[in-house]
Amino acid sequence: MSTPKPKIRKEAVPMPKQNPEERAHNFREVAIGYSEEQTLAEAERCLQCREAPCIDGCPVEVDVPAFIKLIRERRFEDAAQKIKEKNILPAVCGRVCPQEEQCQAKCTVGKIGQPTSIGRLERFVADWERQHGYATPQKCQATGKKVAVVGAGPAGLTVAADLIKLGHEITVFEALHKPGGVLTYGIPEFRLPKKIVEAEAEYIEKLGVTLKTNALIGRLYTIEELLKQFDAVFIGSGAGLPTFMRIPGENLCGVYSANEFLIRVNLMRSYDFPGACTPIRGGEKVAVVGGGNVAMDAARCALRLGAKEVKIVYRRSREEMPARVEEIENAEEEGIVFEFLTSPKRFIGDERRAVKAMECIRMRLGEPDASGRRRPVPIEGSNLLMDVDLAIMAIGRSPNPIIKQTTEGLKTTEWGGIVADENGKTSIEGVYAGGDIVTGEATVISAMGAGRRAAKAIHEFLMKKETFMGEKQNG
Amino acid sequence: MAPHINLFEFSAKEVAAKTKPGQFVVLRIDEDGERIPLTIADANAEKGTISLACHEVGKTTTQLGKLKEGDSILDLLGPLGNPARIEKFGTVICIGGGVMVAPLHFQAKAFREAGNYVIGIVGATTKDHLIFLDEMGRTCNELCVATDDGTKGYKGLDFLTDLIAKRKVDRVVAEGPIVMMKAVSDITRQNGIPTLVNLIPIMVDGMGMCGACRVTVGGKVLFACVDGLEFDGHQVDFDELLSRLKMYTDQEKLAYVFWEKGGRN
Repeated sequence: MSTPKPKIRKEAVPMPKQNPEERAHNFREVAIGYSEEQTLAEAERCLQCREAPCIDGCPVEVDVPAFIKLIRERRFEDAAQKIKEKNILPAVCGRVCPQEEQCQAKCTVGKIGQPTSIGRLERFVADWERQHGYATPQKCQATGKKVAVVGAGPAGLTVAADLIKLGHEITVFEALHKPGGVLTYGIPEFRLPKKIVEAEAEYIEKLGVTLKTNALIGRLYTIEELLKQFDAVFIGSGAGLPTFMRIPGENLCGVYSANEFLIRVNLMRSYDFPGACTPIRGGEKVAVVGGGNVAMDAARCALRLGAKEVKIVYRRSREEMPARVEEIENAEEEGIVFEFLTSPKRFIGDERRAVKAMECIRMRLGEPDASGRRRPVPIEGSNLLMDVDLAIMAIGRSPNPIIKQTTEGLKTTEWGGIVADENGKTSIEGVYAGGDIVTGEATVISAMGAGRRAAKAIHEFLMKKETFMGEKQNG
Repeated sequence: MAPHINLFEFSAKEVAAKTKPGQFVVLRIDEDGERIPLTIADANAEKGTISLACHEVGKTTTQLGKLKEGDSILDLLGPLGNPARIEKFGTVICIGGGVMVAPLHFQAKAFREAGNYVIGIVGATTKDHLIFLDEMGRTCNELCVATDDGTKGYKGLDFLTDLIAKRKVDRVVAEGPIVMMKAVSDITRQNGIPTLVNLIPIMVDGMGMCGACRVTVGGKVLFACVDGLEFDGHQVDFDELLSRLKMYTDQEKLAYVFWEKGGRN
């Protein structure tokens, strides 16, 4: 066991970033990533403590001290494999996981200074592995069992990777033309380059998973039809339906859902228009309504498309914002303006029905609501008018209804999510679900955690089925 | 078929097996291409093909028109949307305008097979743009023709007022340009004849994710891709829909010019 160094530096090695003036005008990745030297220096800050509370903080229980120890020994390939034992998307998670609320929140070094930058170290080894070529993954002996996975997002890809390693035959059905789910259509290039998502999806295909894009389950095949061809089905269809406020003027031209705006920019590469021929309306004066990561992403995309002024309009105060602190800071550095305690009342259009202004009302915080956050209350008479030529609604997403509508006997919640137990088991035998479709909009890593648990349950279900059938045949 | 109107047959076995009248696909020609929705004009499960009719109005549709037999496209997603409600209603008027006569014919066939008396109306701006006259003639019990300029058949839609006054009509199904569907709905509203319009607004994903296709129907905001394509014509806010369809007119021109000049090359 390695002895902790007598003196641990209290400050983490800072992440090198593109400077704000420059990056506000391009879609290249903001965080450049640690160099090898920076990685080794940061790895030294890990205490290698026996308790390893970081592991408990990780939804997929990555053995953090073990991979950091391998980094110290400069065994980057082994470090990558160590992470991949638990996490099949390390280059993604190293970038978009809220480590400050998970592994790093529990880090022992964090008690005396800044916690070890686990995410940045994870990112380094994952990028190192990608640049040096992935090791050929080993295959298990085939079980002859077939599993259909619906949705190639974080949950679905995790289930697929876990189950193929156990020898099952996996087909992933993805409705869009590219895999990745929210990683592809939602998170912008400057936060998560698409070539990384593509490479990680390719790795899963290399494992032997069949990926079928342009296949919308519910329409092309129903869940019932899949059950005739497969021994089990996993539904990881995500929270893809945009939410609107249902206020006057929301259908004016130039009012977008964050989903539409981000799909155009990320999946369809509208920032490269007309080279990539999906158009988008940029704006000079932009308002983004909402306070989560999606709002930050949309605001920063609008800025990069050439907006002169981008405001984030949020009905509570800074403290209640659900976005990651890092993303709020990035947005602020780039010049995004925050209008806290403000809520839209209606949109006003011009003669061509294009949005030209947004009427808002100021709010104050009242008593805490069901979420524990203080409820925003409108201040009467505080109405104000904001000039906007582009407005983006980033107030949440809900589950897509297609599977619910086309699957008889599948229990769903009143908000449209699929009812599943902690192992993903739904009301239909052999059908499992996990990720945002079960929990509502959450993080990439929590969806992967759900995928991991569901894969385990599906494996047990398939093997039990095997024994049962075997006994029956013998009897 | 007519100037700048093309009918394609795509080999798409799985899609063909599931397609019902009233549904649509989203397609993408190549890696830089946009996703466009097109209503399915026919499906042959045995042959494993679907038919799509397309009017060359912009970059993607013109690029589609350049495809030759045997060519393929990068992505085809479908069938999407709810199938049209096909039942025995009695007498059904199927009125189509422009390129949309092709998918309307798919519905007209189904209405006839369901035992309805089908009056087909084929319309276009001018005589040369009329399509599917023979097919509609064969499928429908009666056929009327109308053009905006009166070069063939009735001039405009006024005749529809007389037609529905004289006959007992149980249902009207309209598919075509927004102004035409609006005009039809305005005419039938007076007689209270149930009128279904098929709306295909701007879409990106076509499965409920983006909300670009939102339409106001009876004061409620619905998504054409998952709630449609068929809506109550007497309840639809056509003016809003028309403004939203024109949202990218400038960019569409730009994309067309860029592509015509050779694109990235």
